[in-house]
Amino acid sequence: MESILTINNLTKKFGQLTAVNNLSFTIKKGNVYGILGPNGSGKSTTLGIVLNVVNKTSGNFHWFDGNTTTHNALKKVGAIIERPNFYPYMSGYENLKLVCKIKGVNYSKIDEKLEIVGLLKRKHSKFKTFSLGMKQRLAIASALLNDPEILILDEPTNGLDPQGIHQIREIIKQIAAQGTTILLASHLLDEVEKVCSHVVVLRNGVKLYAGSVDEMISSHGFFELKCNNQSELITLLENHNAFGNIKVEGDLVTAFLTEPIKSDTFNKLLFEKGIILTHLVQRKESLEEQFLKLTDNLNKQNQ
Amino acid sequence: MFRLLNLELQKLLLNKTSKILIFVSFILPFFVILLSSFKINVFGFFTLELGELGIFNFPIIWHLTTFFSSQFKFFFAIVVVSMIGNEYSNKTIKQNLIDGLSKKEFILSKFYTIVFFSLVSTVLIFLISLCIGLYYSSYNEFSIIIKETEFIIAYFVKLVGFFSLCLFFGMLVKRSAFALAFLFILFIVEWIIFGLLAWKLDTDVAEKIQNFFPLKSMYKLIDQPFQRIAMTKFPDKANLAYDYGAHSYEILIVLAWTALFIFLSYRLLKKRDL
Repeated sequence: MESILTINNLTKKFGQLTAVNNLSFTIKKGNVYGILGPNGSGKSTTLGIVLNVVNKTSGNFHWFDGNTTTHNALKKVGAIIERPNFYPYMSGYENLKLVCKIKGVNYSKIDEKLEIVGLLKRKHSKFKTFSLGMKQRLAIASALLNDPEILILDEPTNGLDPQGIHQIREIIKQIAAQGTTILLASHLLDEVEKVCSHVVVLRNGVKLYAGSVDEMISSHGFFELKCNNQSELITLLENHNAFGNIKVEGDLVTAFLTEPIKSDTFNKLLFEKGIILTHLVQRKESLEEQFLKLTDNLNKQNQ
Repeated sequence: MFRLLNLELQKLLLNKTSKILIFVSFILPFFVILLSSFKINVFGFFTLELGELGIFNFPIIWHLTTFFSSQFKFFFAIVVVSMIGNEYSNKTIKQNLIDGLSKKEFILSKFYTIVFFSLVSTVLIFLISLCIGLYYSSYNEFSIIIKETEFIIAYFVKLVGFFSLCLFFGMLVKRSAFALAFLFILFIVEWIIFGLLAWKLDTDVAEKIQNFFPLKSMYKLIDQPFQRIAMTKFPDKANLAYDYGAHSYEILIVLAWTALFIFLSYRLLKKRDL
């Protein structure tokens, strides 16, 4: 598959702090990628580097086949990072006209893209009169002007009200459905889970995971158990091969599977051993739990 | 090149404040010069006609008009520093780069704008001086008319040099008000260094060194014309004589500063994380 962005051993240091540490990953055409990570994990810095606004300390990256300069490649990229940045004294239309001039795009695209984000009626209003949701939508229209090969969004729903968040997500889904590659940085896991097919998980500038969302969630899942004889249950779980990690929270026992086991088989086994359950749920981890597990593991290693 | 100029002109001309300041810095001086060339009747007591004083004669008119209108450059300096300051405060510099403008193109678009407005101003001052001169001057021979037109070139170089300095300060401190303060500080620092040199060495040497300083070298391009006007009135007073010419080495010094400021602005932007 055609690759859009390749990053090799990228490192960025701000004085003592290492914001991005030896990061490598590849973005392939047609997928929707999420960069996940808590605040300050190096998401924005990584995007800043590939977008030509932050200087890398070492390593390298290249856009497309590597034969175009970064600033020329960026003309085929649409990106919004952090909050929408426009000239407050210009109207929405004039702001987009300026972007057209930079990217070398025909002005006829402006109305088309304003239509997509639903701002056509307000196109002659000054940017400073826009609400935050409208500003963010204008930013998306601006990023779409050149019909980009890849759309990069950094925290696109940050600070928006629920309605605004919903509007932005709908627009993103619509764009993804048209086959545009999307790179979405976010700390909102449900957001990534809903729209992304692939994820890169970052923490303190280090890559913890890169691959498809399905693979990341494809563990054997876990059981949530409650019974009247907790200590006996825990001893049994600890001696059973199929269980790895066991977590106790109050009267709820969570047992993580290391190999597949069916709930009826498991229930039967417990009953034969004289343990009667009051609560049994078998579940797969959500992206959030998987993410916390990944970041937790690292915490333990560090200790 | 026109793409970059076009880009910057849109940013400037849609902004009300910069539009007014551009008007003040470039159009106002011409009106003032034009008005001063008219015969003004002061409440019927007497008529004031500056043309009668011989200051609109060729070639001195080149010197006078360029000196006078270059005093208005400060208004455009505000535009230059604010066009950098606004890019930083609106974070649009970041967005411009993300949209595919290279850092070099960003600086160039600012520089082209500076050159463009300096050129417009130079052409305007050339035309208006020519018209007033042709109307008032006692000498209309072609050779006298074109004499000292180097003041026009000096005027252009002076504007470009000064605005490049403003551009550099704008890039350096990112805020318009601070950049203007820096300009003022540089002015004071130049005089302090001059004072120290004059005290340690002697005044003549100090003055020669001072002529290489950025602000002083720009000022030196077009010296004040008042002493010269006095000279034409009292040709026998030799102690009034001074070197008022716009010399090619003076132009070279300012061009060197211009190149340095633009280069440093680029370096600064290149090294900076936005």
